[in-house]
Amino acid sequence: MMIQEKFELLEKNKEKALIAYVCAGDPDAGTTKDIVCALVRGGADIVELGLPFSDPVADGPTIQAASHRALDAGMNPDRYFELIASMDAGVPLVCMTYYNLIYKRGLEKFATDCAKSGISGIIVPDLPAEEADDLHTACRKHGIDLIFLVTPVTNEERMKKILGRTSGFVYIVSRLGVTGARADVAQSTKEILSRVQTDVPKAVGFGISDRQQAAEVLAAGADAVIVGSAFVNIVASGENVNEKIEVLARELKSACKEKRG
Amino acid sequence: MKRSMYGKYGGQFVPEVLMPALNELEEAYERYRDDPRFLEELAYYMKEFAGRETPLYFARNLSKKYGTKIYLKREDLVHGGAHKLNNTIGQALLAKYMGKKRLIAETGAGQHGTATAMVGANMGFETEVYMGAKDVQRQHMNVYRMQLMGTVVHSVQSGSKTLKDAINEALRDWVTNVGNTHYLIGSVVGPHPYPMIVRDFQSVIGNEVKAQIMEKEGRYPDSIVACAGGGSNAMGIFHPFVGDKEVKLFPVEAGGCGLKNTEKEALHSASLCVGEDGILQGAHTRVLQDRYGQILESSSVSAGLDYSGVGPELAHLADIGRIKPCNVNDEEALEAFYELSRTEGIIPALESSHAIAYVMKMAQSGELGDLVVVSLSGRGDKDLETVFSLKEKENRRVCQ
Repeated sequence: MMIQEKFELLEKNKEKALIAYVCAGDPDAGTTKDIVCALVRGGADIVELGLPFSDPVADGPTIQAASHRALDAGMNPDRYFELIASMDAGVPLVCMTYYNLIYKRGLEKFATDCAKSGISGIIVPDLPAEEADDLHTACRKHGIDLIFLVTPVTNEERMKKILGRTSGFVYIVSRLGVTGARADVAQSTKEILSRVQTDVPKAVGFGISDRQQAAEVLAAGADAVIVGSAFVNIVASGENVNEKIEVLARELKSACKEKRG
Repeated sequence: MKRSMYGKYGGQFVPEVLMPALNELEEAYERYRDDPRFLEELAYYMKEFAGRETPLYFARNLSKKYGTKIYLKREDLVHGGAHKLNNTIGQALLAKYMGKKRLIAETGAGQHGTATAMVGANMGFETEVYMGAKDVQRQHMNVYRMQLMGTVVHSVQSGSKTLKDAINEALRDWVTNVGNTHYLIGSVVGPHPYPMIVRDFQSVIGNEVKAQIMEKEGRYPDSIVACAGGGSNAMGIFHPFVGDKEVKLFPVEAGGCGLKNTEKEALHSASLCVGEDGILQGAHTRVLQDRYGQILESSSVSAGLDYSGVGPELAHLADIGRIKPCNVNDEEALEAFYELSRTEGIIPALESSHAIAYVMKMAQSGELGDLVVVSLSGRGDKDLETVFSLKEKENRRVCQ
């Protein structure tokens, strides 16, 4: 399913979107499949599956550790696309990875593999708009959304450029720093949301871990919340993973179903 | 070609949150690089604090023994014991002009961390340095030095626990504290404008050599030899000579225990010699990686060369044939460490020992010509423990 279709469907039902992140292959490929099912049962509307990289500079300790567990367990791009192809998640799947893995595979081949295996969009946290022309072309050719990030320090000029490029949704980084669950969802969320003028759905991520925070972000005007480290922490705990994942997803999704403003 | 590129290499492959900071840094550099007040202050620090200019020393004994004229550019005599201070003075001044209050840096051997600690203390910055846990262990004298000067040293436990992981951690700090913090990168690596800025501040080495060798020999050298990890001393001494095609330029990489890779690890740090096209820590360059693009952990007896990437401009100069990448292994570097100590009474850093080793190896071949300048990028005091612990293992070979 395309990301845009998903958002249109949610719009019709007066719901907002829960986007969940887990790292593919953490702790192994089979478990990832079960986890994705649990996320979808719990109500996740879009699932981001991290393709682990050895040097994830934009990630905090939680996702770094997940990446290393996945790499140690043998995850690689070939197995990643096999895993994706073997899934029938029923929701759009987004690949989140670092640019060297895409570059090394070849942009054209990477985009083809995404399209063939059932990936709808790509997020590359170390690829700013200035460097993204070639990947953008490859993605367009294969009908894959290339999703860009904006941050509280992105100025107006670059904001315009990025919003003109992004498709599927725009990933709004609510506060400075790396990924990771935080007690405080930044005050800057409201401010940045008011600066992001676009028809593309606005998804806010970085630091959101519970229902309360999700509700605040959505009330501030976001179309979607992105939650990663909170799910990855459950995976890392290794106990009743599927059950806990489903519960957390349901809880977060409930915030997305409240009266839509 | 974009200004941020060297041929196909270079660029700015960083998280979006850092783009404004890189633009701000580039603008500041453009504004101050020719500003008389900035240049005057830079010159003052270079002379009075760093102790420049450094001698271009004619190594009489070594020359005699190896049958070619060898000059050593004595960057080991710069305050702190290595060329690293040239760059930290420049960038710290820039940070001061930009109104930043805090410096962060990565360090491998601890030389760049020490040089950052020096300018941090001297110019009144809050300073924090990231250093791989493995390097903290093998270079702990430098950790003490940094701490003495009021710098907080973070021991980085992730990945290979060396320079690459220290850079990752420093980048994570920077994305969090980008407003008040300048990230003082220590080599010609990372996203634009760093490779350019570091090269420019280090070019004082090559510029001095140009004047000194003309005065002593009345001509340019036939070849210049410098060790290359990230490549800052190499770019610094090469850059002023790049247009002088008759001068051969040799970056010497760490051959470690041989140019082979295991599944997760390279037994060397020779990214120019055998690395492949890739993107690492902000730049498109040559990197050590597996078939999927995962970065391999590098390896070398010398902490300062132990890095999986290399400066993008060096990658470009290698592609177009202007520099000739080569490497020597751990054993050869150690041999050179002893050799220079015995023949000249100068104890070189293990990094610089790689450059010396290449000259020892190639002097007879004619490849280097009759007049060779070697960048003696640092002094070896910091390496004594490493060298003695290797010796204590009853001359056990470095590589098993």
